Amino acid sequence: MKNIVYVDNNATTMVAPEAIEAMKPFFTDKYGNPSSMHTFGGRVHKDVEAARESVASLIGAGDPAEIIFTSCGTESDNTAIMSTLKAYPEKRHIITTKVEHPAVINLCRYMETVGYRVTYLSVNEEGMIDINELKSSVDSDTAIITIMHANNETGVLFPIEEIAEIARVRGVVFHTDAVQSVGKVSLKMTDLPVDLMSISGHKIHAPKGIGALYVRRGTKFSPFLVGGHQEHSRRAGTENVPSIVGLGVACRLVQKGLGDEKAKVKALRDKLEKALLEKVPDSRINGATDNRLPNTTNIGFEFVEGEAILLMMDEKDIAASSGSACTSGSLSPSQVLRAMGIPFAFIQGSIRFSLSRYNTEKDIDHIIKNVPPIITRLREISPYGK
Amino acid sequence: MWDYSEKVMEFFKNPKNVGEVENPDGVGEIGNIVCGDALKLTLRINKKTEIIEDAKFQTFGCASAIASSSVLTEMIKGMTVEAASKVTNKDIADFLGGLPEEKMHCSVMGMEALEKAIANYRGAPVVKEIVGEEKIICKCFSVTDKKIIRSIKENNLRTVEEITNYTKAGGGCGKCKPEIEALLKEFLEKEGTKKKTPPKKKTEKKLTNLERISLIQDTIEREIRPQLKADGGNLEVIDIDRNKVYIKFLGTCLGCPATGVTLKTLVESKLKEFVDDNIEVEEVAG
Repeated sequence: MKNIVYVDNNATTMVAPEAIEAMKPFFTDKYGNPSSMHTFGGRVHKDVEAARESVASLIGAGDPAEIIFTSCGTESDNTAIMSTLKAYPEKRHIITTKVEHPAVINLCRYMETVGYRVTYLSVNEEGMIDINELKSSVDSDTAIITIMHANNETGVLFPIEEIAEIARVRGVVFHTDAVQSVGKVSLKMTDLPVDLMSISGHKIHAPKGIGALYVRRGTKFSPFLVGGHQEHSRRAGTENVPSIVGLGVACRLVQKGLGDEKAKVKALRDKLEKALLEKVPDSRINGATDNRLPNTTNIGFEFVEGEAILLMMDEKDIAASSGSACTSGSLSPSQVLRAMGIPFAFIQGSIRFSLSRYNTEKDIDHIIKNVPPIITRLREISPYGK
Repeated sequence: MWDYSEKVMEFFKNPKNVGEVENPDGVGEIGNIVCGDALKLTLRINKKTEIIEDAKFQTFGCASAIASSSVLTEMIKGMTVEAASKVTNKDIADFLGGLPEEKMHCSVMGMEALEKAIANYRGAPVVKEIVGEEKIICKCFSVTDKKIIRSIKENNLRTVEEITNYTKAGGGCGKCKPEIEALLKEFLEKEGTKKKTPPKKKTEKKLTNLERISLIQDTIEREIRPQLKADGGNLEVIDIDRNKVYIKFLGTCLGCPATGVTLKTLVESKLKEFVDDNIEVEEVAG
């Protein structure tokens, strides 16, 4: 494999080498089942619990028992929402936003077909919800508020402290999909009245196929997967031990470097963003600039189409993503950017750069050197790009 | 990631004939930014020989849109106007060594720009013509019934999904899909090549009246009503008489010009699928 400049970390991340090393024995010598009575399996149980403590510690949870391991962020989201709806069968209203990840928004759309009422909160051009709209949407029928912490496309952060407080006062369960924000911003669950929070391993340098759900003590819960007694009967199925161990290590690494690396990643992102906006006329940042993840920038290049940009960047070994129609797998461009009211000319040419701690100054210089000529070239071809 | 042929990538990376012909004899423009792709084709034509001496393009769009446009200009240079008017989207796709199904509309865009440029050369107005009988089916991408039928015919399309891939129709909000399906069905029936549907697994046993009624109701609840509700509509079953089901549309279905289509392609076809091939649905006036 060629060396690539990977700036698509909101899609997935490189597994930390330390995590891979820590996982290896669990494929070979330590293959026991943590539920077994014998020592061979039982000692694996200890490793699972150590990983649970690492996840709890990263998010400042008061008790490791508040962490349930799942197979992915989507499962965590589905579990959180379905569990709450089951706990409050008389309540038939869900509040979410128009810019949620498909794991949440498509589940909400499905629940509408089976008789639930769903409020999809709007966002402004900065990608921000209106807290007053949220307040006025809550009623006695509301079972759950499910609002993401950070948006995957723009990195815009929602004020979950404020939302959690509103939910607490009104007695409504609050779930947040924090798949993009865990490990990128500091969280302290002991101070934050969030009831349920989704976490994904592969966004924070753990492998794919492992996630977690934070369930605050005292939150009504019923399992999504029904079967064995694993995870204290809250998530059936034999534990994915190697990946759980990998997630534990990834969380420890993230926590250790959270302060310094956040600053380093943010500095690289800011440098990249500033240079591209300077060098490319008719370009803009999509979404709020101050209140967002330190690693993400979504830049719209007017008059050019995202897939063409991505393929030309690919030629220069740069891996990013786009919200254009052609890359979405459907013919409609990004629903998130459309909900924000971003002009189509900028949505079609939107590119998301999402960095990680493994990016270097050299990577950023490579992008700054290669992307502006690509936009210039495509604008020469475009009938709009004079 | 799309599986583009080497030729597509070659024409995308090093497109030939980018730009505008000076004082063009024919201009064809199609698409817009909202659609996600747009093409402006300019031609220089020798008025005596009617040979296309030069062709240039400007494209806003993805790799396959740029490659389709560029290859089109290469194909038609040196052709007579008459010969060029016979170039189809399939020719363009073939020249490129094929396009992914979802990207076939890029080749259609090339063909349409060429038609417009030739019409423009022959003196037709450049403005988009939507003549009397033409009806816009897909409002998101302004695709007419004429264009859909033509794509079905020329590319031997057999599913709504294929039609979307070739024309973009139905690729936006998707609300026009029942109409597209009706157009397709109508066309296939006319052609007499009605797709043979595989035999469905229905209960072999003859249904009692009670069973039939309950199955019809189950099917409406599970397969039909949710779809109507998604668009703000609904229906009420007025009566069931053997194979005749009488219904009344409610909500946004009321006064919707597409209810005729919905009746056949959704209500009747689902009941045929799950209950009995002989079911007929009739709308009762409110």
